[in-house]
Amino acid sequence: MTKKITCVTCPMGCPITVEISDSGEIISVSGNTCPRGKTYAENEITHPQRSLATTVRVEGGVHNVVPCKSAGPLPKEKIFDCMEAINKARANAPVALGDVLVENVCGTGVNIVATNHCPAKI
Amino acid sequence: MLNYDIVVIGGGPAGMAAALKARECGIESILILERAETLGGILEQCIHTGFGLQYFGEELSGPEYADRFIKQVNEQKIEYKTDTMALEITGDNKVYAVNKTDGLLEIQAKAIILAMGCRERPRGALNIPGTRGSGVMSAGTAQKYVNIDGYMPGKKVVILGSGDIGLIMARRMTLEGAKVECVCELMPYSSGLTRNIVQCLDDFGIPLYLSCTVIDIHGKDRVTGVTIANVDENRKPIPGTERFIECDTLLLSVGLIPENELTRAVGIDLDRVTSGAVVDEYRETNHKGVFACGNVLHVHDLVDFVTYESQTAGEGAAMYVLGKKTDSDQVTTKGVGAVRYIVPQKINLNNEGDVKLYFRVGNTFKNATVKVKYNGEEIISRKRPRLAPGEMENVVITNKMLQTFSKDGVIEISVEV
Repeated sequence: MTKKITCVTCPMGCPITVEISDSGEIISVSGNTCPRGKTYAENEITHPQRSLATTVRVEGGVHNVVPCKSAGPLPKEKIFDCMEAINKARANAPVALGDVLVENVCGTGVNIVATNHCPAKI
Repeated sequence: MLNYDIVVIGGGPAGMAAALKARECGIESILILERAETLGGILEQCIHTGFGLQYFGEELSGPEYADRFIKQVNEQKIEYKTDTMALEITGDNKVYAVNKTDGLLEIQAKAIILAMGCRERPRGALNIPGTRGSGVMSAGTAQKYVNIDGYMPGKKVVILGSGDIGLIMARRMTLEGAKVECVCELMPYSSGLTRNIVQCLDDFGIPLYLSCTVIDIHGKDRVTGVTIANVDENRKPIPGTERFIECDTLLLSVGLIPENELTRAVGIDLDRVTSGAVVDEYRETNHKGVFACGNVLHVHDLVDFVTYESQTAGEGAAMYVLGKKTDSDQVTTKGVGAVRYIVPQKINLNNEGDVKLYFRVGNTFKNATVKVKYNGEEIISRKRPRLAPGEMENVVITNKMLQTFSKDGVIEISVEV
């Protein structure tokens, strides 16, 4: 089986083809123009990761939500599970930038942290 | 009447960076005017990450990037007024503004820095036929509803325009449970970053239709669907390619326009391509003491470059106030062929440093050569593996080169394949 990937390590956007065996092992990587492309393609096949930016509901704040992000990359296949968990969470105003809003989201070991302040509504 | 050395109009990344640099250059009396309720500008609603890689060497979200500057503005005790709308600037550098607590403000400035940012092109600018049901809005409006107000503006979405805001909103709406049916792009290429096409569309299986546009909007009270069609090389719909797509929301991400009403009203020269002011290397306009920076000058793809540019403008405004920016003979810059524009458009020959020229191309190129000529003679030739309309480029005119130029000379930048 072959899989086509567009490398996003730099703006070149090389089209990379990865050949994968029936047992799921990488046989070859082609189309990349630098070693970083090879690493990127290998990671995309074996354990793709994405950082997640979204919002958490706030009680008693000047806004209904406060923006947040995953403190590190999350496994790509868990993104929607994480969204569900984050959308269930509630923060109490005031929220400060950097506050941990969800600890160890979906058992990934990654925290969800606030990326802005949300003062309490007066 | 109030008096300030420098009045900055706009408290987004451009205005804050310009004010901070002016302070660093020794200007005590600075006032920032901001229309919104907080400093930060559009970054406040850009909650995705990817900001600051150039300037801070780390990947921040929009609000985090803004917060670093808001903190410094507060630490430096730079004055600012939020919820304040600048109404007019005058020929003698007065600024009229209004807010709820002060009423009408008349402010005499020695120098003014324009940092008003840009606005999204609305439906009215596109002439899409169809009904007027609710559910048609700019991508940035939807972004504010979702990220600041916490409301979802729709469930089934079509996005017109594949610029970065459109792509980012495709992902954001999908994460929040909406179904994004497709992204249509009039041009045969996307102007968005490759990274965004991969991570915002491909990751979620959202189709990107190139050379395709929306030709009709359906639905009386609420949008019920759109008709899309392929377009030919003249961007005209091709008969027979029309298809109906059911949706309740159409997001428009079809370009940004610098917000230059104040600039135009006072008679400052504007560049036809950038829709921003014509400026020199310190971003001073043809109106003495008025500077411009950030998206009001030309639309940037990376905020990091807004910061650098605004620091240049802040330094220039400080020099002007301190009497260190003197009149000089100038050369002009000119984009040729695929080079759509260059900022700055003028360079003063008494400049004592190097000058960076920022430019944008109108097509995608691989393995092209950027050529810089002075009065027809080649002075720089640089290989570039890739050039794209969505990515601003720059070349440096060294001071040594500048020394050899003379009044009214022309610097041309072109791309050769």
